[in-house]
Amino acid sequence: MDAALLLLADSRLPAGGHAHSGGAEQAVRAGAITGTEDLARFLRGRLATTGLVTAALSAAACHLAVLLGSHGEDGGRPWTEPSAAAAAESETDARAAWRELDAEADARTASPAQRYAARTQGRLLLRSGRRIWPSPVLDTLAQAVPDGVHHPIALGAVAAAAGCSRHDAAMAAAYTSITGPATAAVRLLGLDPVVVHRVLAGLVPDLSGVARTATAAASGTVEAGVAARGTAAEAVLRIAWEELPAHAAPALDLLAEQHLRTEVRLFVS
Amino acid sequence: MSANHDDRHHSPDPHGRALRLGVGGPVGSGKTALVAALCRTLGPVLRLGVVTNDIYTTEDADFLRRAGVLDPERIVAVQTGCCPHTAIRDDIAANIDAVETLEERFGPLDLVIVESGGDNLTATFSRGLADQQIFVLDVSGGDKVPRKGGPGVTSADLLVINKTDLAKHVGADLTVMSRDAAAVRDGKPVLFTSIREVPEVYSVAEWVHGVVQSWAHTQAHHPHGPVVPTANA
Amino acid sequence: MGVTTGGTTEVTPVQAIGAAPVRGGTGRRALFARAAVATALSGGRTVLDTLRSAPPLTLRQTGPGTVHLVATAAGPLGGDDLGLSIDVAPGTVLTIASVASTLVLPGPEESAESVLVVDARVGAGATLVYAPEPTVLAAGCAHRMVVRLTLEEGASVSWREEIVFGRHGERPGRCHARFDTTAGGVPLLRQEFVVGDPAVDASPAVYGDARCVGTTLLAGPAFGTPPGEAVISAGCAVLPLAGQGTLVSALAPDAPTLRARLTWGETQILPA
Repeated sequence: MDAALLLLADSRLPAGGHAHSGGAEQAVRAGAITGTEDLARFLRGRLATTGLVTAALSAAACHLAVLLGSHGEDGGRPWTEPSAAAAAESETDARAAWRELDAEADARTASPAQRYAARTQGRLLLRSGRRIWPSPVLDTLAQAVPDGVHHPIALGAVAAAAGCSRHDAAMAAAYTSITGPATAAVRLLGLDPVVVHRVLAGLVPDLSGVARTATAAASGTVEAGVAARGTAAEAVLRIAWEELPAHAAPALDLLAEQHLRTEVRLFVS
Repeated sequence: MSANHDDRHHSPDPHGRALRLGVGGPVGSGKTALVAALCRTLGPVLRLGVVTNDIYTTEDADFLRRAGVLDPERIVAVQTGCCPHTAIRDDIAANIDAVETLEERFGPLDLVIVESGGDNLTATFSRGLADQQIFVLDVSGGDKVPRKGGPGVTSADLLVINKTDLAKHVGADLTVMSRDAAAVRDGKPVLFTSIREVPEVYSVAEWVHGVVQSWAHTQAHHPHGPVVPTANA
Repeated sequence: MGVTTGGTTEVTPVQAIGAAPVRGGTGRRALFARAAVATALSGGRTVLDTLRSAPPLTLRQTGPGTVHLVATAAGPLGGDDLGLSIDVAPGTVLTIASVASTLVLPGPEESAESVLVVDARVGAGATLVYAPEPTVLAAGCAHRMVVRLTLEEGASVSWREEIVFGRHGERPGRCHARFDTTAGGVPLLRQEFVVGDPAVDASPAVYGDARCVGTTLLAGPAFGTPPGEAVISAGCAVLPLAGQGTLVSALAPDAPTLRARLTWGETQILPA
């Protein structure tokens, strides 16, 4: 684990995460979360679905950032690796590669409200990330998806710029997929924060498992693409992102859409 | 097309943007009324945008839109997830995004007002978000509030004490408030208002217009040239 | 694919090309089956070019451009390896339905998964309606379902999937379903559903207290225009996708309610 992961996963990272409840606010309103037991089930299911998908996208984005960033101008990066040749040959290809991964996130996010929340958070994270860990790869990503890339993709790319590994990127995504809603529930229901942290502690084995599965999925996907390459540019564009997990959470989709249509709300999502 | 023209992630050059004015203060002190008044008075002479930070949903933004003081499109609401002070101080990302979105859509602008959600006396704006800030108190909280200080009262660039028309009803002594505020504010200005009685808030508008002009003056490299008209407010 | 009461079901291959028993057991034997249907354009009309059944996947033509899946064997049962290939030629129209719900049962070897892979290609300007009855996950089953749907330019599809978590009062077995749809080579929808994982089943984030989950994917000119924004009602969301298409997603306590919710959602799409 790189120490930068601690900064990246910290809720104090100024990237707008504090205003998102990940469906928890609506679940509280609907009576689906009333106490710590409901909350534990909510978080466990969220982690196994959305958490896994975002962790895999984050690991994939971290991997892609390393591939693209190891090309050319940025030779001094600590994460430069021999696969430099696999990087996109041009900025245009690099942008296309980011847009392809972003389209995979879109295809895994059926709810427009969830896409909006993911893009808003991604835009804010990338904005802060570029100032904290400046990197040409992040500039390229921002230009590839100007209205805001999906949050896990921003997270993975920023993780790479911060010097984190794919596994770190996956862990950060999995972790934030449950800590945000947990904090929101503490605020909304007045739950004992120590008890809620005990719930989170109980999810540690699940977190590790999700991060491991997500990293393996992303690595397998990228390596297959790179192995099958013709030119370096083609390799990045040929990565079979469809292999990444796509676990759906229909209740979260419904909650996200209901939330957006609720007059009085405290959180963005 | 320049690299940052199609790039909403880019933080604009601080010399090439509008003045960002934070308006904070406790719940009910008259922040939204002040923002509406400023829009009404300065709208004809400055290019404006407004960002609201409501505790609940978009009430303040809706109020401002209904007041008809500004093109509704130029009013953007940010949700703060139970923590209004976090959004203006510790994690300003959503507010910066809203400000830059306004500037991108309607720019160049002269002034973007960021109204905080009603909070306590310790809530102040990060210098990363607001170039200048106004803290709004009202007399109904009692004349001891300025003496108690707190970062809002002591450090705001302008302290506005509103609802002076209520002073006689709540037994607040404006002289005491003025003296106490001056003592903790190290010479920074304090203005008394009754927005209900004088909805144009000339004194505050004049102060705001002044800081906008100074801001524009410092922008030697402004790509659009000086953006503040010379007409008096 | 059909309802069964369990036990041995006689296998009567009807045009059962490509079907072969692969393993012995106490119930009926596990089956390897590859069924296929393909259309062609003949004189401006849709004809069935290929109709190949393979028990338990038996296909019968029931109308012009309409095929029903009928039950000729129990299951799927654990150990079954089933494949259905659907090829809708450019400009043709095909409807696939089933006469009864599919009951997925455990096989003779408890650990053996049943696998059903549906590969569907819809050609340019073609239309596919895929609307089988629900898949019911009986206790102890272990099922894997894979749908790969490929839409060419201008293709239209209405694809309904309903999964019921066990028969009445029954705890469901395990199921892992994956749906992948691409349109013009671009991913449109990728979704996986896992049932029978205790971390997920009772979670208010995933299925809540529902006993069924279902979706209808509507895409292409034949099925009108997606609504400008999502539309929701109790247990149902009509979700305009990022690409050209709409997903009707529903949760329900029972299969009839699920169907009613999906049907309501499908009517929210603006007509063509």
